[in-house]
Amino acid sequence: MNLESLYQEIILDHYKHPRGRGLREPFGAEVHHVNPTCGDELTLRVEVEGDTVTDVSYEGQGCSISQASVSVLYEQLVGQSVATGLATTAAFLELMQGRGQVEPDEEVLGDAVAFAGVAKYPARVKCALLGWMAWKDAVSQTVAQQTPEVAT
Amino acid sequence: MTVVHAPVTGLLHVERVAADFPILSRTVRGGSRLVYLDSGATSQKPYAVLDAEREFYTRHNAAVHRGAHLLAEEATDAYELAREKIARLVGAETRELVFTKNATEAINLVAYSFSNATAKALHGRPLPEGAERFVLAPGDEIVVTEMEHHANLVPWQEVCDKTGAVLRWIGVDDDGRLDLDHPEHGLAAVLGERTRVVALTHQSNVLGTVTPVRQVADAAHAVGALVLLDACQSVPHMPVDVTELGVDYLAFSGHKMLGPSGIGVLWGRYALMDSMPPFLSGGSMIETVRMEGSTFAPPPQRFEAGVPMAAQAVGLGAAVDYLEALHSADGSLSGLAAVAAHEHALTGYALEALAEIPGVRVVGPTDTHARGSAVSFVVDGIHAHDVGQVLDDRGVEVRVGHHCAWPLHRRFGVAATTRATFYVYNGTRDIDDLASAVRHAQHFFGVA
Repeated sequence: MNLESLYQEIILDHYKHPRGRGLREPFGAEVHHVNPTCGDELTLRVEVEGDTVTDVSYEGQGCSISQASVSVLYEQLVGQSVATGLATTAAFLELMQGRGQVEPDEEVLGDAVAFAGVAKYPARVKCALLGWMAWKDAVSQTVAQQTPEVAT
Repeated sequence: MTVVHAPVTGLLHVERVAADFPILSRTVRGGSRLVYLDSGATSQKPYAVLDAEREFYTRHNAAVHRGAHLLAEEATDAYELAREKIARLVGAETRELVFTKNATEAINLVAYSFSNATAKALHGRPLPEGAERFVLAPGDEIVVTEMEHHANLVPWQEVCDKTGAVLRWIGVDDDGRLDLDHPEHGLAAVLGERTRVVALTHQSNVLGTVTPVRQVADAAHAVGALVLLDACQSVPHMPVDVTELGVDYLAFSGHKMLGPSGIGVLWGRYALMDSMPPFLSGGSMIETVRMEGSTFAPPPQRFEAGVPMAAQAVGLGAAVDYLEALHSADGSLSGLAAVAAHEHALTGYALEALAEIPGVRVVGPTDTHARGSAVSFVVDGIHAHDVGQVLDDRGVEVRVGHHCAWPLHRRFGVAATTRATFYVYNGTRDIDDLASAVRHAQHFFGVA
């Protein structure tokens, strides 16, 4: 392992030039997630129309991994169906928790494959997951509000 | 650019000391020399401590303060000898010293004395003589400082939530000193007739600031409050004497002073300890037990329920012996005074080295006056986690984050800092490696 395999160009690019940053309206739900060990914070909103994720907007501060990760998430998931977004999230979670043993599927993950190196640094996995866990939380709330009769 | 520094004096014989710590000879991350700069979180252990624990288990192991067989006698003697050594180190009476799991538990022990006494008083249940000074009424006040580690903050917030007491705090100024003259958060502003406890740190684990303990303690006592000192970052690093400090309680951990993990220490004035209700209860802390109720042993046994951590106590005793046997390379100082001089010299060297790097800002005092060896800093344009990652890639192991002092980081408007802490096995070479790695991080992230 070396630094370059952790900090891939894609990650550094998203960190320096975050996509979709800023909180926007309308939104179905807003969540605030923190990483209690390092103090990183993220506020994230999700808007869903029909079955399509029409916006993910966010504001926060944190390390390059956490900030780039949510920027990649924005690019990957906006315009996708909720089901596709959740499937991508599941694949990303599996990759992050795989200790470097999981072969990433670029078809599913897109630019998020760049985070494969993070899985080899257990202390940084939670940085990469901050945005994805926030999105998962917010989209669940949004969907639950839209269809209260099936909410669990 | 070559910068000529004044020769660093007052150091320990670093190479000889480092040779006593087996872990320091290993390599990390692809063969890098281990540069361990995280002793503020936990210290490494010398052979003397490891050997003492092993010796205890191979020769004397038994449950202490139970049984009458030979091993039980030897184990109990070893445990109590460790208590004597550690008490002597901080100028305390042996019977005033309680072993806990860690310093957090030591602070909780005192905090729970208040909430337990308050709950028992409310229901008219038996309390030790003198326990009324631990009974809190709604509106009573507990004072902490804004630079506390969560371990000396959250337990007091919990006491307030359980008793209706109110938490107040002394502020921190821009230089990282206690802002004792502040109109709202200064000493005179927060202390009053309702103040029951003042809990403060001796040395900030983030800023390195050494607080004016005597001044705060005298002011607290003048309004009838008790004073607890979090000495986690002072007892391992400087001579500490509880009488000189003028405090009522002192809490510190073993693992930050070359000792094993799993042992902390609470010292308290005997009369106070004797009037406190139990914290953890169960075996060996009792006097008599009947189905209808129990009475309790005097301190320190009252506060040591269950089979205690004997090997860790023995290991900590060995750590105290090791620290007391250290001396400056020039022979001028010994023991904790030599440790303090060593760290003072390293801190000055580190502050200079970091000041020379554009874009690096130290959070906390930038001179060595009343300052210990925790040096926290921010690097413009790079999050602390990313700084730490680059440092780690070069074998430089530092702490990143808020170091369990989140409100303090908020006070300085930063989410996280990178923290280097020094101890007896660190030398100027480690700081050179730190500075070089910080420059490398700036280069890697394109901010310099």
